Amino acid sequence: MKRREFIKISSIGLGGIAVASSLYRWVPSDIFGKYTESGEKEDNVRTPTYCEICFWQCAGWVHTTSEGRIKKITGHDDDPHCNGRLCPRGTGGVGMFYDEDRLKTPLIRTKERGKDVFREATWDEAFDYIAEKLKDIAAKHGPECIALFTHGSGGKFFGHLLKAMGSDNIGAPSYAQCRGPREVAFYSTFGSIIGSPEPTDIRDTRCLVLIGSHLGENMHNSQVQEMSDAIDKGAAIITVDPRYSIAASKSKFWLPIKPATDLALLLSWIHVLIYEEWYDKDYVERRTFGFEQLKNHVKDFTPEWAHGITTIEPHIIRETAREMATASPAVIVHPGRHVTWYGDDTQRMRAVAILNALLGSWGRRGGFFNPESQSLPKFPHPEYPKPKRTWRDAFPGKYVLAGDVLASGMCDATIPTPARDCEIKAWLVNGTNLIETLPNRKNTLEAIQNLELMVVVDTMPMEITGWADVVLPECTYLERYDMVRASAHREATLALRMPAREPLYDSKPAWWMAKELGHRLGLDEYFNYENIEEMLDWQLKQVGSSLSEMQKLGVKRIPRQYDDLYFRDSDEVEFNTNSGKIELYSSDLANAGFDPIPVYTAHPEPPPNFYRLNYGRAPMHTFTRTANNPNLTDLMDENTLWVNPKVAKIWDLKNNQYVKLKNQDGVVSSFAIKVRVTERIRHDSVYMVHGFGHSNPKLSRAHGRGASDSELITNVMLDPIMGGTGMRGNFVTFITNVEEVQA
Amino acid sequence: MRYAMAIDTKKCVGCSDCVVACQTEHNVPIGYCRDWVVEVTDGTYPVLELENRSERCNHCENSPCVRCCPTGASHYSEGGIVLVTKHECIGCGACIQSCPYDARYTHPEGYVDKCTFCNDRVGKGMQPACVAVCPTKCMYFGDLDNPNSEISKILALRKHKTLIPEAGTQPHVYFLI
Repeated sequence: MKRREFIKISSIGLGGIAVASSLYRWVPSDIFGKYTESGEKEDNVRTPTYCEICFWQCAGWVHTTSEGRIKKITGHDDDPHCNGRLCPRGTGGVGMFYDEDRLKTPLIRTKERGKDVFREATWDEAFDYIAEKLKDIAAKHGPECIALFTHGSGGKFFGHLLKAMGSDNIGAPSYAQCRGPREVAFYSTFGSIIGSPEPTDIRDTRCLVLIGSHLGENMHNSQVQEMSDAIDKGAAIITVDPRYSIAASKSKFWLPIKPATDLALLLSWIHVLIYEEWYDKDYVERRTFGFEQLKNHVKDFTPEWAHGITTIEPHIIRETAREMATASPAVIVHPGRHVTWYGDDTQRMRAVAILNALLGSWGRRGGFFNPESQSLPKFPHPEYPKPKRTWRDAFPGKYVLAGDVLASGMCDATIPTPARDCEIKAWLVNGTNLIETLPNRKNTLEAIQNLELMVVVDTMPMEITGWADVVLPECTYLERYDMVRASAHREATLALRMPAREPLYDSKPAWWMAKELGHRLGLDEYFNYENIEEMLDWQLKQVGSSLSEMQKLGVKRIPRQYDDLYFRDSDEVEFNTNSGKIELYSSDLANAGFDPIPVYTAHPEPPPNFYRLNYGRAPMHTFTRTANNPNLTDLMDENTLWVNPKVAKIWDLKNNQYVKLKNQDGVVSSFAIKVRVTERIRHDSVYMVHGFGHSNPKLSRAHGRGASDSELITNVMLDPIMGGTGMRGNFVTFITNVEEVQA
Repeated sequence: MRYAMAIDTKKCVGCSDCVVACQTEHNVPIGYCRDWVVEVTDGTYPVLELENRSERCNHCENSPCVRCCPTGASHYSEGGIVLVTKHECIGCGACIQSCPYDARYTHPEGYVDKCTFCNDRVGKGMQPACVAVCPTKCMYFGDLDNPNSEISKILALRKHKTLIPEAGTQPHVYFLI
């Protein structure tokens, strides 16, 4: 032991232990002390939470030592989102708490917008400033000119605030920049959206078809778990991807498709299933509408036709169709998640929906199950005022089938045009780094410059915080209550998030911010509770639980009332569509003036010396949100540019060499990116993980590390059906004379 | 009693959850790790193969690290788990040099550190942290001497390999292939 004293090397440990232990110990209320994990030290306590690192929101336990140090986070055994196992991001959630670059105090801008120069302010100052501006904007232009962009749990509270003011402009980029097209497609086919978590019965499937979806790298926890279960049970996986993804490496068939031609493959599969008579005849006859039109429509879409477009061999198209048909109905043609690619995405997702219908997988074991949910009644408040207009009024006659608010639409509706008499004048932004989230950055910045007020609520300095007028530091999910997670799955579940300790610094929870702002805006009657515990307890008591019960349980499973996880063959099912049947021929789309059955259109290809920019996810990061997390940057601290060896040879690119990228519009990446020469990518495209290339120097670990794909996405292919922003029509070339400054 | 681990490379997606779970469980300093993930690609586009595997100390039956340790800090513990007694370690690094798997590192506090098979957790009847967290359930841990243990059964059933068998170390981490 003497040697220890002699060496006296300062204890480094986890990044922020010193910070944490220097604070006083927060003693949680007495009930928590009793709940210790078996085998943990007696003085360790655990408190329930659900994860905020991604939208999967897995429930877990936060383990805190007797010194008040958050030691680790583990999954909750009863939670169907995680089954007791968090993903690397959830496990690494402690890093979000300890990140010393966190926003620590309210900030008010002192120099021009975008310079990222602020003064520290008190909460009172910040709230008074915001409230005064909001009142002024509401008086001058109407409350409808206030918009909320959110991709965090805090959005529930700020959304309530906006509605109480009289605005319905509440949107998340997760719709028009991500999953929107699939929701519209499945709604118009089955009368039901997919939603989240996806009701895919992967654990019992015999064939899983992934189209550009890279489960495993895309760490949607329970889906990845079930994919693993399916592998164990010998299910066949078919992966369609120009990149040899991790999922492709686990697949029986990998179809290295030419990018942007997926719809041709899908139509060809439909052709084969129908003309080889491999579809589920009974299901199609009894439950679908428009089969003859579909059959006629796909007559010429033979595998030979598709081969010329997709480069996939005709016999492979037939074999894979056969594989699906053999597994039917225990087959899933997966709807994917980020599907805003080429602007005809709703139609491509319609083809996916039609395939599932032909295979009879909707409502069947091993296909798609019927999810059960439990909603919580809202805490009583007066009726919301009726907004006189919404973002939709900025786009008369357009995007009529959009079932949700378009974040990109609200952004566009902020830029003045002669045709419109009113623009959005104020943005509240919570938990979404719009600069990196929305495509076409120039457009986003132009919108921001037209604002009278932008408030950003976040835990971390991000690119978007630099453009704010007021920045409000939100405490992390480990330090706060939020609304109860009420989610749909095979069984409905409720999950509680509660603080594991008091917030660090002068950060605060969103519920408190919204209530304080509501008070200053004269909306107290909408926030008629002392604190969130009172509201949560009231809500939980309406469904036979209570806050104290949930503090002990963390997760409450609610057994299904009826045995209706799948359709029984004898069931007559009325679908929520115009015909009451599954619409192979979509009357919704026909009525709105769109193709009722998907039509393949060719998309532009890269010009000479350019390569299609593809992007995706890494299992240890979520968007830009985790790019500075000490535990997760330890696993991956920059993205790399995947380049096929043939391309590398042409350009004389070496592994680990840094290059900059220039896109078709002449936009050059701010930072250089490290080349990864790999056989795992097609010669006509390059690939990088999204979420890197941060330009905010306040992110000490993330700043300047890797390149931002978003920055290079300047060509947006709009989906005319629902306003999705197709982002995969961008092409890049290499700028190789970059010094290795970032090594 | 003979503890061993098996990792199913057919299921591992290389997410590195095992690495983070180990880091938080054992306060492994940022920048260091006791386990790590390897990805090996073979072939030419589009005929490719890829193997993901989570690696760590192999807790070898014939451990060069134990043999070369001058102070006896590196030793075999119950069930064949190879451990380092912190206060006996002088940080000479001989074990680090001798390990064919590069499984050890010098902790900033001066001693050599590595995977312990979570002997503290295992002693309480729990699974190692990496095994318990793995979203794909691709990791198996247990007693090779018990023919009814999950690991004995999976090794009997599935084709498997060890790393660098030619080093003669007799590793006790197996990879299902």
